Amino acid sequence: MKLRFLLLFSAAATLPAQVTSDRLMHSDKEPQNWLSYSGGYQSQRYTALKEITPANVKNLELQWAFQQRSLEKFEATPLVVDGVMYTTQAPSDVVALDATTGRVFWSFSANVKAESRTCCGRVNRGVAILGDNVFVGTIDGRLIALDARTGKQVWKVQVAKAEAGYSLMHAPLVIKDKVIIGTAGGEFGIRGFIAAYDAATGKELWRFYTIPEPGEKNGNTWAGDSWKHGGASVWVTGAYDPELNLTYWGIGNPGPDWNGDKRAGENLYSDCVVALDVDTGELKWYYQFTPHDDFDFDSVQVPVLANMQWQGRDRKVMLWGNRNGFFYVLDRTNGQYMLGKPFAKVTWTTGLDERGRPMRQANMEPTPQGTRIYPGNLGATNWYSPSYSPETGLFYLSVWDNYSSVYGKADSDYVEGRLYMGGAPRNVVPLLMQPAPTLQRREDEGYGAVRAIDPRTGERKWEFKMTDVTDAGILTTASGLLFSGGRDGNFYALDAKTGALLWRTQLGGPIAAGPMSYSINGRQFIAINAGTTMYVFAVKQ
Amino acid sequence: MFPPKFLLPLALASGLLALAGGLLAQHGYTPSDVESGGRLYRVNCSACHGPNGDLQPGVDLGHGKFKRANSDEEIAAIITHGIPGTAMPPGNFSDSQALTIVAYLRSLAASANVSATAGDPARGKQIFEGKGQCLTCHRVRTSGSRVGPDLTDIGMLRRTAELQKALIDRGVDTVAANRFYRVVTRDGQTVTGRLLNEDTFSIQMIDTSEKLRSFKIADLREHAFETQSPMPSYKDKLTPEEISDLVGYLTSLKGL
Repeated sequence: MKLRFLLLFSAAATLPAQVTSDRLMHSDKEPQNWLSYSGGYQSQRYTALKEITPANVKNLELQWAFQQRSLEKFEATPLVVDGVMYTTQAPSDVVALDATTGRVFWSFSANVKAESRTCCGRVNRGVAILGDNVFVGTIDGRLIALDARTGKQVWKVQVAKAEAGYSLMHAPLVIKDKVIIGTAGGEFGIRGFIAAYDAATGKELWRFYTIPEPGEKNGNTWAGDSWKHGGASVWVTGAYDPELNLTYWGIGNPGPDWNGDKRAGENLYSDCVVALDVDTGELKWYYQFTPHDDFDFDSVQVPVLANMQWQGRDRKVMLWGNRNGFFYVLDRTNGQYMLGKPFAKVTWTTGLDERGRPMRQANMEPTPQGTRIYPGNLGATNWYSPSYSPETGLFYLSVWDNYSSVYGKADSDYVEGRLYMGGAPRNVVPLLMQPAPTLQRREDEGYGAVRAIDPRTGERKWEFKMTDVTDAGILTTASGLLFSGGRDGNFYALDAKTGALLWRTQLGGPIAAGPMSYSINGRQFIAINAGTTMYVFAVKQ
Repeated sequence: MFPPKFLLPLALASGLLALAGGLLAQHGYTPSDVESGGRLYRVNCSACHGPNGDLQPGVDLGHGKFKRANSDEEIAAIITHGIPGTAMPPGNFSDSQALTIVAYLRSLAASANVSATAGDPARGKQIFEGKGQCLTCHRVRTSGSRVGPDLTDIGMLRRTAELQKALIDRGVDTVAANRFYRVVTRDGQTVTGRLLNEDTFSIQMIDTSEKLRSFKIADLREHAFETQSPMPSYKDKLTPEEISDLVGYLTSLKGL
């Protein structure tokens, strides 16, 4: 017996392959895995897998489903590493699943504090992985490292104070030996920041405040003490360019949301994309989409990085469909504005000047009695993951068009832990937190679409129109497919070149997550959440 | 009284159940009641009462010593409603959950005559990491194998007597979450590990190379629980003093 057990454990010398920093840097070499929230540092949400094609997509069938133990929105994108899937379930819990069968290996409950405050759902969007550990942020402000093989806690740090309205919701981004995460809570008067933690110990390595103090560069873009509670939150995962050693993050709106009277100035770095040095957290450049925003136009979209020919030159660009209704192309080496065009109905501005700054439309601002403005409060797009396909050269995003809100404005005083919004918009299209059981809405009251944009011109190449709006992200494949869905619960595959509908299924609940893909033993899977359930599809065998 | 092998926490419930069997039968409690109650106790009660149940003045749950209750129903009522005006809060338990905690407390009392001493934790740590080769199967914080039970917080979960017993005794039952499983694939590959999950069609485990594995039952030639645990008895491998030191180290492990 002794010999037997000695032999049994001698195998422990051959440990399973770890997710090294090098693997994360070259995730394109292992398309069978999905190693970070957006599928790679470029955040293109594009898979090189080709088993599912326009020809056989009609044969997709459900392989398994996983129901989260919560009635909250299920916004996570799972990771898949060598056949094991890691995802989060609301509010901040983690589960490891067999990616072939959906059966649970382990689960971890963060037991979040009752004092946690969130404006728009007690949700989580996923984990990050490095070495033996997976990392999750919690809505009560903790960053936790878990053993990827057991779900046991390895370390935790309190990133920010839950009682003051800080929460962590997005999947962290691991770069080199660092776990990078930003703080949500813009509606509670937080002062947002992005911070990097040592992946091995949880020690904080650097912190970048998204609102500079008076005396710091751009600290004068906030009147008085407004910088202390100016929001500028972070709640969607950023991107990374290893050659430039820059990590890019979209920053949320300034607070109070709809009353900018007390925060005169441009309110940097709210509604910006910031480029930070990964090693130091130093700001290298920024670009502000909506200066002195009073519409709640968070710029927390996923930064999509691409290398392409631009007017005869190879350029390192960043593609950005903003909540404010404009599609932008930026030079990601320096933040230079290259192109900007509206992709939906916009009335808050007359357009962008030659530097890309919006020219405000007179009288289009929140008022005590309310002003109808396009796009509405939830934006012409929002946090829904876009996609870029190197195969088609097109940028794809989920759009709300003909969509407006009546923007109201009110006084608001800061009280720790209380909402600090300066008014409230009235919406024709309800928030996803209160989805209507039935739909009776005219097209001119708002509708959803997937749109394909040529990044070289900003022109629309095609659209797939939906009756209801969409909170879904988009996945494209090397075989020329596009997967997305809508609030109506439809999940579909389109031809990425033409937008033609190739396959669809009804999943019975709003889709408020991005699709992803992985393969096991050569068999490709597509995973998507709808309602409170994750569904996984593959071609029927 | 040093019978052979068994995996550390695996044996803990079992030996105690054997000792407590008569009393438990009187109250109609099953082994799973005791296990469920133990889980609830460790999560909800242990922080104030301690794993041995003796951290509150005048109360010694591990020896059946209660201040204000005698019958199972009275104890369950205190667990559920608390004691107004004292630090004992009401618990968010159903009546049946409260009774499983009582079942666990009764099992503690029934095994309270087992004497055990916790020796020097520093010497125990050396034995744990050296001569005892405990890290071959167990993990403490970030060291050791994940295949056996993680012992990072075992001192919060188990009593001194339970730990000693697990090191020297051979149990007859195991904690379900720690049982070992063995599969043989149709092509003859044998894989052994700790069972994590199963259903009618598949099995999930962490194998002895610490890899998460899933098998379709249709692809297996054989699959079954191991009848023997890999946990050796240390009765003949360590001196009583060394075992006591090892117990001292284990009781000092209170989590991260």
